[in-house]
Amino acid sequence: MTVTSTTRPRAGSKASPAAAAAGGKAYTPYKFWFYLPTAVLYSVLFLVPTFASFYYSLTRWSLFESKFIGFENFVTFFQEPALVKGFTNTLIYGAVTSGAKVVLGLLLAVLLTSRIVGRGYLRSVVFFPVLVSTIGVGLMFQVMMNPERGIINGALGVIGIQGPGWLTDPKWALLSIAAVDVWKGVGLATLIYIAGIVSIPREYMEAARVDGAGSFETFRRIVLPLCKPATVTVIILSLIGGLRSFELIWAMTRGGPGFTSDVISSVIYKQYQAGFYGLSTAGNVILFLLVTAIILPLNLFLNRKEVDM
Amino acid sequence: MSTAELVNHRPGRSYLLSAVAIVSSIVVFIIPFAFMVLTAVKDRQQAADLSFAWPHQFRFAQNFVEVVKARDYMLVIAYINSTILTVASVAGMVVLAAMAGFVLQRRKSRWNPFINFLVLSGLIIPPAVVPTIWVLQKLGLFRTMPGLILIEIAFGLSFCILLFRAFVATIPRELDEAAIIDGAGPLRLFFGVIFPLLKSVIVTVVVIQSVNVFNDFVNPLYFLPGDKNATVQLTLYNFSSQFSTQYNLLFMDILLITIPPLIMFLFFNRQIVAGMTSGAVKG
Amino acid sequence: MTFRPGTRGLAVMAACSLALTACSAGSLGSSDDAGASSVEITYLIGNQEQDLKDATQLTKDFTAKNPGVTVNLETRPAGSEGDNIIKTRLSTGDMTDVFAYNTGSLFQAIAPEKNLVPISDQPYIGDLDENFTKTVTSGDKVYGVPSGGFMGGAVLYNIPIYTKLGLQVPKTWAEFMANNAKIKAAGGGVAPVIQTYGETWTSQLFVLGDFHNVAAAEPDFADKYTKNQAKYATSPAALKGFEHTEQVHDLGYENKDFASAKLPDGLKMLATGKGAHYPILSGVVNDMIATNPNAAKDVGLFALPGDDASKNGLTVWTPGGIYIPTTTTGDKLEAAKKFLAFVASPDGCKSLASAGVPTGPYAIKGCQLGSDVPQSIKDMQPYLDKDGASSLALEFVSPVKGPSLEQITVEVGSGIRKAKDGAARYDEDVKKQAQQLGLAGW
Repeated sequence: MTVTSTTRPRAGSKASPAAAAAGGKAYTPYKFWFYLPTAVLYSVLFLVPTFASFYYSLTRWSLFESKFIGFENFVTFFQEPALVKGFTNTLIYGAVTSGAKVVLGLLLAVLLTSRIVGRGYLRSVVFFPVLVSTIGVGLMFQVMMNPERGIINGALGVIGIQGPGWLTDPKWALLSIAAVDVWKGVGLATLIYIAGIVSIPREYMEAARVDGAGSFETFRRIVLPLCKPATVTVIILSLIGGLRSFELIWAMTRGGPGFTSDVISSVIYKQYQAGFYGLSTAGNVILFLLVTAIILPLNLFLNRKEVDM
Repeated sequence: MSTAELVNHRPGRSYLLSAVAIVSSIVVFIIPFAFMVLTAVKDRQQAADLSFAWPHQFRFAQNFVEVVKARDYMLVIAYINSTILTVASVAGMVVLAAMAGFVLQRRKSRWNPFINFLVLSGLIIPPAVVPTIWVLQKLGLFRTMPGLILIEIAFGLSFCILLFRAFVATIPRELDEAAIIDGAGPLRLFFGVIFPLLKSVIVTVVVIQSVNVFNDFVNPLYFLPGDKNATVQLTLYNFSSQFSTQYNLLFMDILLITIPPLIMFLFFNRQIVAGMTSGAVKG
Repeated sequence: MTFRPGTRGLAVMAACSLALTACSAGSLGSSDDAGASSVEITYLIGNQEQDLKDATQLTKDFTAKNPGVTVNLETRPAGSEGDNIIKTRLSTGDMTDVFAYNTGSLFQAIAPEKNLVPISDQPYIGDLDENFTKTVTSGDKVYGVPSGGFMGGAVLYNIPIYTKLGLQVPKTWAEFMANNAKIKAAGGGVAPVIQTYGETWTSQLFVLGDFHNVAAAEPDFADKYTKNQAKYATSPAALKGFEHTEQVHDLGYENKDFASAKLPDGLKMLATGKGAHYPILSGVVNDMIATNPNAAKDVGLFALPGDDASKNGLTVWTPGGIYIPTTTTGDKLEAAKKFLAFVASPDGCKSLASAGVPTGPYAIKGCQLGSDVPQSIKDMQPYLDKDGASSLALEFVSPVKGPSLEQITVEVGSGIRKAKDGAARYDEDVKKQAQQLGLAGW
């Protein structure tokens, strides 16, 4: 759809300064056809299936045949007891992971831009987990979090603490996975914050110093507000990731024990596996609406603030 | 970096802080990796203890050979497949997203909000698997490497476009104008002038997306099924059921598929930060 | 303004590499083409170690007998991921020439009449066990041959512990619990009942393996269940399975690490006497003996006990099936049919027997279990020989099976959910499946 829409209004578009400089004609070097390959690919492989899924969410679909049943799938989905749990779990997971990434990412970034011994090593080591495969990390921590024999409870045992069944205790399972998610993802948040801090003009810092501001004052008055774009990026990215998160949960608990660490995307996946394609696609649509309902307003809100500054 | 150092401008504290930071980094980040490496070289019985103990005997070579040979050298085939997939799809993403991000930033039109919305939806909407398979089949691309490459590009474009759009904003329009006065057409303007200037953000995109694609698990599982087409993440998944309690082999596999991202990281470490920061500085 | 050719080259190179690889990549994966003039077919199996061993042996022996045909193996994940791959590949016309898949309700869910080649006209059909053919029949046509032996869903027990404590094989649930109490009282860190929720499917046996007892108490349960007239939560006999799962947990009879242990851990505990009972499928015996050879004589089997000692009997799982999809045609179809005929012949089961310990009696006439089979497999035979002492599991007599039972039994067996609540929840779960299949009465 972008294809047709973007190629048409060439003549009507406003001339850019560059065009004016180039000779006053309604000429622009910024051709709409630059969008073309992207638009084709994106429409065919993303938009078409997405719209098809809206239709299929209203059917009982066995892959071999589909039968239109109206909104019954949505009714069933909202009667699914796991969904209520999965719904709150999704929100908790999204909030905990993105909150932790913002706080830890910012603190780490401040630390890693300060004059500290082994800074290069620290930056590398914090960022490295970002690069390791999610499934690999999940399997690795699953072993380390083994309640009886895992090294985490082993280490806690040495200092006299009886560690819980991280992944087997219903109270802990979701939070344990969230912790691993943060462990794996905080490096990216830190990197974004480092980029933000490094770009703060030197004069601001010097001025603050001349005024006699302490480290904390400098942080609060200068670093924090000027890092807002970085914060927005971190929040949006990690929230989208958190709300859609699936692979790590699947690798570590598959939503268990029972249904206690299920999130919407794992519920969807289970319905999908069970062959309830229509129902699962309905879940997809619900997840889509949920994420949009949270991210879009948040994005508008955060970006407006940025402009005001 | 010197500007940022001014944030903490009392040098006296650094040493204590450094010590604390380094010690906690070892506990939090190094130990898990050390555990992975140690388990990967243990024998089967000792690995089954799940402990952090020093290996009784180093079986790096044996475990390595066993993992590589498993399933008719599936891991080797998987490495080749993953490399092709990663290189091709990341190259595609960079070129397409840079072009789109460039025009999107430079040319204001009434379609922009709509295009921005589409880009953002690409980031938000969970892809619908089965209808996508259906489309690929109609195109004759299902179960083919080109099909999977196009899928990875399509799903990765949004993120790349956002990065490129932000970065293009930092390139002064005067450059464009100068090039046009020199007689550059749209293609030469973009590939000759703009694209080279995007180098630092390209490095960022390349690193982030190649890690994403290399580590992607769900898309190959659905769009490129079959052992002969396995990618490295699928081998991990296959091995985790085959070696369900042979932790030494499982961890050897994790270790082996962690190496390519590690090399990439060592190679580009500096440029990643530089790429992100230079974008922000000019903005 | 100057142009820098170096970086422009980079861009061109990137664009070119995209075009190049997009053309050539697909062929790189398939490297091992056998250059013979023969027919080649591909056989898709589950990726469990034993499945792989069985299939490798079968294809080897088959090719020895049929030199003109080569069978290549391809694997898929087990469990519900595998189900999904089978369905996706069938629906997209992309299935291998021959594939192994479940029988019973899962078989019904892949629309056999539309997707599979019927084999009712083949001469060997008469040699197949009727209990098996029933589970691979849709409409009035048969579609598959057995890929292994029958399995029992039963309790594996450690014989030395029974001998040491002077225990008798229980026929009723009360006797079973009394044994558990004695084992616990005897101490020594022996867990009366082994549970391994690290692999969730292993949690379902108290429910699924109890079906013979359900059928004995309510003979029309399966029919009524299919018609949406009987429910787990409201049928006292069916509810027992959930209650048993709960009791074992509440009385502290489970091993300490039940929540994280995996199947191999459980088998090790049983074989080494760290645990006394393990409710599981007899299909795992082979694995157990491979790592603990002494288990061949140290581990026995008894059917899940119910309320009535006189009606006690074994719940039986039929073997998986091997099928041909309708997308296989021409020479390949002929070759595929030959392969199925081989599997369904006594040569086929000999081949399987040489690949590992059988899981139970074969479903093919003329195939006998050897005399050297493990004790636990031998223990199945009396149940099968006696009239009315065995029943097929519910999933083979009713197409209704919910996907979430394993999560629910984990919850019940971990004390997260009460038995009655769990049963009710499973009834809800089943409803979606029945509707999906378009069954009457749902």
